[in-house]
Amino acid sequence: MIGGHLYPRTWLHAVPAGFKLLALLAAATFFLAQSDWWMFALAIAAVLCAYALLGRQALKRLTHLRPLFPLLAIIYLLQWYLEGHNQAAVSAGRLLLMILLADLVTMTTTVQEMLDAITPVLRPLERIGLDSRRLALAIALVIRFVPVLFDLWTRRREAWQARTARRISPMLIKIFVIDTFRMADHVAEALDARGFDARSVPPRKRN
Amino acid sequence: MSAHYQTRDFVRICLFAAFIAALGLLPKFDIPIAAGVPVTAQTLGVMLAGIVLGPRNAVLAVLLFVFIVALGMPLLAGGRGGLGVFFGPTGGFLLGWIPGAWIAGLTMQKLPLANMFAKTLTAAIVGGIIIVYAAGIPWLAFVAGLKLQSAAYAVLAFVPGDILKAVIAASIASALPRDQMPDRSHAG
Repeated sequence: MIGGHLYPRTWLHAVPAGFKLLALLAAATFFLAQSDWWMFALAIAAVLCAYALLGRQALKRLTHLRPLFPLLAIIYLLQWYLEGHNQAAVSAGRLLLMILLADLVTMTTTVQEMLDAITPVLRPLERIGLDSRRLALAIALVIRFVPVLFDLWTRRREAWQARTARRISPMLIKIFVIDTFRMADHVAEALDARGFDARSVPPRKRN
Repeated sequence: MSAHYQTRDFVRICLFAAFIAALGLLPKFDIPIAAGVPVTAQTLGVMLAGIVLGPRNAVLAVLLFVFIVALGMPLLAGGRGGLGVFFGPTGGFLLGWIPGAWIAGLTMQKLPLANMFAKTLTAAIVGGIIIVYAAGIPWLAFVAGLKLQSAAYAVLAFVPGDILKAVIAASIASALPRDQMPDRSHAG
């Protein structure tokens, strides 16, 4: 939920990403079967201690969870009304606990470590045309072009606001879509000019 | 299909994933309804992906976006990202974007409607709302241990905002110049 990686590195960074992912999976399976509210209260307290052990930076990240609380409150009240207190606390507690745990993994694992950890899991997909090198290029392109596109949007918006006092129109997004396509065409041409051939990337010896 | 079109499809997929991420950064577009949960323009991006990219490229673009979010990049509106999103109450909606973009694209391809606005609106509603909720509600019921009906009630507040977004997506997509629609530009 919080997103983004915690810096500087902490003791939890040293734990291999694959191990953390498996532990998360195990925790999810285990807590899905629990139905006592105090189990979740204890577990949440324990996870909060883990956050505290990671330092102030980690604790500060907890404030990012604020937008989540209205929906958690709705779920709690709805369950309290329909099923009683225990079930309500279990529902809200399970959500909160799993979000906290999963964020703990994300916070202490870099994107590259995460990608490396799941690449073996993705290997069977190579049979249906997934190429891990092309995937890596795709991820790099997306991350590189988010700020570029946002900058394009900002310039369009400023131009709009300089010329009219009206609110931003959805038609500005239409122009943004066209901008995106136009930029995609330029990038595709640039890739082609540098010898990138989408068809020729996949071949790689496999049995 | 020539090599150039393949490269172009590949780059369009990547840049549309970036487009959806960029929509999450737009501060002006946050419509603060639904109990303080910011309703963002990102669903709009998913609807548009389905409509303008065609089913195959749309599903790949949204899949790529969701994958990068799962890896830990904070690309969702409000700077959210990482695995916690998928364990949260709205994780199923995020996953529902993937089949949603595909169905929106299929609807665009198969629906025999001459009126562009009606066609794009149907695609946006079927793919961007019905399919997305069909994934989001059971997921919420599952992770929170709710009954399906209770989960449906809990997310009812999001529906008006999503309908508004479908209308906006349709008005944008139906106003796009014809040659920006990928199926036509490929035919040329």
